[in-house]
Parts: sequence; structure tokens; C-alpha cells
Amino acid sequence: MVTPSASVEHEIALESRIQALHTDYVHCIDDDRLEEWPGFFTEAGRYRVITRENHELGLPVCLIYCDGRGMLADRISAMRTANVFEPHTYCHIVGAARVLESAGAEHRVRSNFTVTRTMSDGAMSTFACGRYLDRMVDDAGHLKLAERTVVLDSRRIDTLLVIPL
Amino acid sequence: MKGAEIRYDGDFTWPSDDVSRVPFRVYTDPAIHAREQVRIFRGPTWNFLCLECELPNPGDYKTTFIGDTPVLAVRDEDGAINAMVNRCAHKGAQVCYKPRGNVSELTCIYHNWVYDLRGNLTGVAFGRGVAGKGGLTDDFDHAQHGLEWLRVEVFRGLVFATFSEQTPTFADYIGAELVGCIDRVFIRPLRVLGYHSQVLPNNWKLYAENNKDSYHASLLHVFHNTFGVVRPTMGGGVRISDNGWHHLSYTERVPVDDDEIGKEKVRSLQEEYRLEDASLMEHKLELGDTVTNSIQTVFPTLVIQQILNALAVRQLVPRGPDRAELMWTVLGFEDDDDELLELRLKVNNLVGPAGLVSMEDGFAGGLVQRAAAADPDASTVMPMGGKSIEPSEGSRVTEAAVRGFWKGWRECMGV
Repeated sequence: MVTPSASVEHEIALESRIQALHTDYVHCIDDDRLEEWPGFFTEAGRYRVITRENHELGLPVCLIYCDGRGMLADRISAMRTANVFEPHTYCHIVGAARVLESAGAEHRVRSNFTVTRTMSDGAMSTFACGRYLDRMVDDAGHLKLAERTVVLDSRRIDTLLVIPL
Repeated sequence: MKGAEIRYDGDFTWPSDDVSRVPFRVYTDPAIHAREQVRIFRGPTWNFLCLECELPNPGDYKTTFIGDTPVLAVRDEDGAINAMVNRCAHKGAQVCYKPRGNVSELTCIYHNWVYDLRGNLTGVAFGRGVAGKGGLTDDFDHAQHGLEWLRVEVFRGLVFATFSEQTPTFADYIGAELVGCIDRVFIRPLRVLGYHSQVLPNNWKLYAENNKDSYHASLLHVFHNTFGVVRPTMGGGVRISDNGWHHLSYTERVPVDDDEIGKEKVRSLQEEYRLEDASLMEHKLELGDTVTNSIQTVFPTLVIQQILNALAVRQLVPRGPDRAELMWTVLGFEDDDDELLELRLKVNNLVGPAGLVSMEDGFAGGLVQRAAAADPDASTVMPMGGKSIEPSEGSRVTEAAVRGFWKGWRECMGV
């Protein structure tokens, strides 16, 4: 019987922690527990939603750009109290994560995702697909997002984007 | 400079003698949509194509649409920007099928018909046949088979095109007052900061109206009110071109005395909701005035936006009678420093498809579209500010600019 080396065990443990973060993150959104969403980020965590076109052209404009948990929380309170939109839900499916680089307590991770949106009248559509480009850090035993860049394959948003991806 | 007349089968006439009521049919009828292609988009209007800074070098091109018609803008070897219908004279294939690029000539991939950067047909593959057989006959005249071209005018870095010889110069088209409003914003060479687009589940005119309708802003978009970031000391107004077609609506921060500042503080403290991080509302005054929001329209489909430090042009492209696509080009100035760039990126959270302030615009138009379809002969009513298209200083509670849009629409459409 071959015993896995310590580094392989470490890698498997990291991958399962990444998967846990992804799963908890998308379930939080899909279950409409959005007040918990900023908690997946570090205090200074950055969240950006950018089109693939801008990303590849090196253009900086994002659809959403939050710099720190305060702005993340404001997104949610605006959605709850100010923004007007037709009720809808998301179902996120996140593909397997690939650790691109790992240095100490910091990991650069890429994963693909799709989001199916269901409107209150039952109309369903593929609302978004693309990549999560993440910088995850160990924070008291948990992985947190120091940076999440959501790269959308399409330049088009259907009607509006209010629930985070 | 041609454009085949499309036969109009509709029996539509405008139902009243003014423009304060608009029949729902205009948002849903395919025959009206077809007539718009001829009378508005190929009529005496200037249509936005791109920014001059997007085509820095000879051979740089960008593709877009004027109404339903695919068009391309390309810079030639002499530095001029030319615009053509993006459709091969041979079989009608789109010649340029990428959003942007650089080419030495325009080659249709289907049968290799080649055009120069002015749209002249310069070569036809197998034009002389093969081994003396086939090919073009002697009476084929290359000069008669170029790409259909459009008049172009570059105005303050914005590239416009028109199909019509009747369209006046751009400055005359929008008038001196609104020229001054473009000059106010585009004070230095521009730089594109990004693109995205918003699919609107409604006829293009519902969004065109939305931009002219300064009355809806504080009612539909309650972000400012909810978070106590609208100061009671805001001024503003609506300017409308003499012919009603184009407009500008703006708000500005009026200098306040100490007493008023005190009242504002009280008001803010009473707000139930507060932003945890208000940095996205920061505004660096950069245009020599205290205007916080300025929304300017150029009939039929362009919006020039300044919201705090968020600058953009929005180009409205119809996608059939019941859909439209709003193409955003987000702008800064070439010489922006890192701090100003960061400010622009943050303020952009307020606008666009995910804009905290304005995301509702797509949704609201869709609500009208859905309800309009059942009753084409029923009408909207727009009584705010009477029936006139007079500008209004000090108040934005008016639908005058919307009525001005419909005046322009009727004049173009001949209804």
C-alpha cells in the first residue's frame, strides 16, 4: 500500500477546503442568505464583475466593483431597500477548481461557473457563465476571498444584474 | 448614399394633434419598426458609430449598427474615418465580422471580394476566370459595386454617420446650446475604460424616452433617497433643442450657507439606512462646475452621460420591435492619474446594467412593453409640464423633453 506523500495530502486538503468555500458561497447566494455574503471575503476583500472583453483588452471597467466588506454589504442593503426588480433566483454550478499558484497561506484559484436564472413567472435562462479568478487566504482556519474577479464570457447582461454572482 | 424604400403597409396615423399621448402601437408594430429603418435611421439623423480614439491607426475598424443596418467605421491611409454599410456588394455577407480590428483592406471572406478602406471594390477573386473560362464579363464595372457609404462627421472625438444628404452639420443638428454641453464634458482627449451592454426587454423608444424623462429619476431610482445622499440643496433643469429632438437634463450642487448645511446634517442623521462605505459617491470636480449629473441625448439613439466622475456614451441599438441593446462605452480622459481612475471605477457602480442608481431602467421599460402589446390603439399620457416642449430651468418635473422626442419621431416618420 502506497502512502500519499505529505504534499499530496496537503493538496487534497486544500482542494477540499476550496470546494467547501465555493459550495458555501453559491448556496448562500442561491438560498437568498445574502447578508452572509460579505463574510466570505476578508475585511479588505475585493469583488469585481468584469466582462471577458474588458478583461482581455486590459480595460479596467467593471459591472460591479467592491473594495472591502463595507461596499459588499452596501450592495446587499441597496438590493434589499432601494433597487426595484422582478423577483428572481439563481442556481450556480461551479466546476472543479484549479489551484494556479499557492504560496504559504495564499492561493490563486480558477474555477468555471454557470448561473441559471429563474424569474417569478417561471422563465428560465442561462444568465451568466464564466470564470472565478480568486485569491484565497487562510483566515483562522477558514479560506476567505481576498479577491474574487468574476469574468463574464458575455458582454451582455439581460435587463439587470442585482444579485451577486 | 442610397437606401431602398421599404414599403410601409401600416395604416398608422398619429391619433391626436399633440405629442402628449403616444399610442402603444409604436412600441410593438413590426410595420412601424420597418418604417423607422428608412425614415429615422436612414433619414436625416446623425447616428453614433464609435469614438475617434478607438481608431488610432490607419486600417483600424469598428463594427456597429445604425438601427437594423450593420455598419463599419474605418480609418484610411490619409487618416480620415469612413463609414460604410457592413455588407458585401456581392452576396450581402457582413464584410467585417469581428467587433474591432486592423486591416489593410476590407475582404469579404465568402468569395474574396476586396474593398479599399474607402469602400471601393478593388478586386474580385477569379474575376478573370480560370484558364480563360468563367469570371466576370467585360461589362462588369467595379466602380458600381463598392460598399454603400455614409456621410461621416467627427465631433469632439465622437464619430457620427448619416445616410442622408439632407442632414445638417452636426453642430447645426443639435444646436449651439447643446454643442456647449458636449464641450463642457469632453474637455480633454478621451480614453475608453471599458465596454458592456444591457439587453432591454422593450422597444428602443421606451429607453429613448426614459433618458428624456427627468421626472422618473427620483421616483424609480430610490438609491439616493434611501441612503440620504440626495442633498436638499440640489438645483438643475432641462434644456431642449429648438426643434425638440435633443435634450440635456442636469442636476447641480448649489452652494449652501451654514444654516442649510446644518439642516442637511439633521436630515442625514434621521436616515434609517446608511452606506457603510460612501467612497463610491465621491466626486472630484473636474469640469469647472458643480454639476453632479448630466444626461444629454442626441436624437435618435445616443446618450452622453456624466454622473459624478462616471463618463460614458450609451448607444441604443434596436433589436426588433420588442427588444433593444444598450451599448455602453465607459470613458475617462487620456491623462487621468491613478487616483482619478480609481474614482471613476468606483462611481461606475452607480450606473450600467448593475448600477445601484439606474439598474431599474431596463426593468421599467419591460413593464410597459408587456402591457402595451394587448392594446395597440390605447395611449400613454404625458401631462407633466403641460403639452409644450419648452425647456425648464430649476425643475426636472416635466415630460417636455419626452414630448420633444415624439415631435422629432413624427417629423421623421411623416405621421
